[in-house]
Amino acid sequence: MNDNSLLNEFTVFVLAIFVGFEVISKVPTILHTPLMSGTNAIHGIILVGAILIAATAHDPLQIALGLVAVILATINVVGGFVVTDRMLEMFKGRGTPAQKGKPVQEEKKPG
Amino acid sequence: MTVAVALAYLVAAVLFIVGLIQLSSPRSARRGNQIAAVGMAIALLATIPLLHFTEAGIVITLIGLLIGIPIGALGARRVKMTAIPQMVALFNGVGGGAAALVAVSELLLQSSHPPFALVFPSVFSIVIGSVSFAGSLIAFAKLQALMTGTPITYPGQQIVNGVLALAIVALAVYLIAIASTPVIFVPLLILGLVLGVAFVLPIGGADMPVVISMLNAFTGLAVAASGFVLGNFALIVAGTLVGASGTLLTKLMSDAMGRSLGNVLFGAFGAATAGPAGAVGAEGKSVRSGSPEDIATLLAYSRKVIIVPGYGLAVAQGQHAVRELADELEKRGVEVEYAIHPVAGRMPGHMNVLLAEANVPYEQLKEMDQINDEFKSADVALVVGANDVVNPAAHNSPGSPIYGMPILNADEAKNIVFMKRSMRPGFAGIDNELLYDPKTVMLFGDAKDSLMKLVAAVKAA
Repeated sequence: MNDNSLLNEFTVFVLAIFVGFEVISKVPTILHTPLMSGTNAIHGIILVGAILIAATAHDPLQIALGLVAVILATINVVGGFVVTDRMLEMFKGRGTPAQKGKPVQEEKKPG
Repeated sequence: MTVAVALAYLVAAVLFIVGLIQLSSPRSARRGNQIAAVGMAIALLATIPLLHFTEAGIVITLIGLLIGIPIGALGARRVKMTAIPQMVALFNGVGGGAAALVAVSELLLQSSHPPFALVFPSVFSIVIGSVSFAGSLIAFAKLQALMTGTPITYPGQQIVNGVLALAIVALAVYLIAIASTPVIFVPLLILGLVLGVAFVLPIGGADMPVVISMLNAFTGLAVAASGFVLGNFALIVAGTLVGASGTLLTKLMSDAMGRSLGNVLFGAFGAATAGPAGAVGAEGKSVRSGSPEDIATLLAYSRKVIIVPGYGLAVAQGQHAVRELADELEKRGVEVEYAIHPVAGRMPGHMNVLLAEANVPYEQLKEMDQINDEFKSADVALVVGANDVVNPAAHNSPGSPIYGMPILNADEAKNIVFMKRSMRPGFAGIDNELLYDPKTVMLFGDAKDSLMKLVAAVKAA
């Protein structure tokens, strides 16, 4: 790893922090559980790392570590996406898509 | 890394971001998750050219996938909707464990004196990954009722945890600065696991969502750190996205409870505030309790009913019963809406998921800000298994531990019906003066049983 690539990685890291904040700040509260579950699935990307280390395993310790890492990461990614999908399946809008039901009563905004 | 792989990773990263953006609207949320899954598939496929399989390597990779896929898929399909929080905890924990193992494995490949740029993220990933793994398992055990959900505390607990954390930092610094061989990571891994357990033990069941959210962010950061170890952009971007978003989500969740994150994590809430809470007490005040028939009549002849579902509804699995009650009322021309507090249930949004499972129309679910002005025009606020989220002390009792917490204005409704198991205070351990309000009628009992009785009584009314 030369200095330049480390710098690139660090740049990407910092920018991703801002994107992560920005994207999430717009999510309504009601979707927080699906969102947590969805982000949970996305960090299942560790499966890429697990396969990278498992692929080159040659001694027994590395084989054991690689196997366990691949199993755990696979559970994370598969389970994460499937359970999120199950949750969101239920959010299909039913009834009329007429925005938010009837207009809210003519109440003055309270102090 | 070839140009093609780098570009594929970029596409995957963009799909993750687009997926997250689409998750922000109920109508596109499902597609958002699917888009993120496509991104994941692209990232995985793009990795194949990078692999130089040993014989053992290809075997364990395939075996690992063949074991992991059915466990993940079946676990996710079979889990009951009410058990989703602990399932998320479990999926999160295994991800953290995988991140730690990836870092361990990569360190093992190094001879003596691995470079700083490799040791630093490795140590970070090992510690955070193992804390997340062990902490998530404890969170799972608490929510699954495999162990008590109440805070487990003992004298000097914070000191013990502090010493643990310091030991980890010291060991990490030693490992990064001085150690010449990577073997010393083993105690670091063990200490991380111990800290994960010790740190979640004193946190009560109702606070677990905040902890799971935080551990979710931890795993994201551990994954990002593993990405630095491997020099892999896909891991860095995806892990960091989750780390950042999870951190913000954690803050939003503790904000919604009117408490700082520090208070959630170290307050051993409930245990600590029980004392002063009792003093506010109920002396001399009486509550009015009604029969299901009385309350059914009240509901059936109302014009507008707002249902406030809470933790008790989730515990009693009464979501289908509440929907049935709402259907009966609507048949009679009553306008029914649901007021969802940001922390209702076990996680923000958890109540929406439960009610959606019971086919409650999405349009009837109103967030706190949308509905708070409507309570004063409601004939009945029907509070099902909720307590603290409608406690007026949050508005008018500056000494109260929940003072300042945003609440639902159920007290402004013309009548309030509380369905509770007992007069026991909510999880915040403080008395709710609304229970003694002359406008309030209590219906004691398990939320689901009471709702069934109400349904029958409304049909008869």
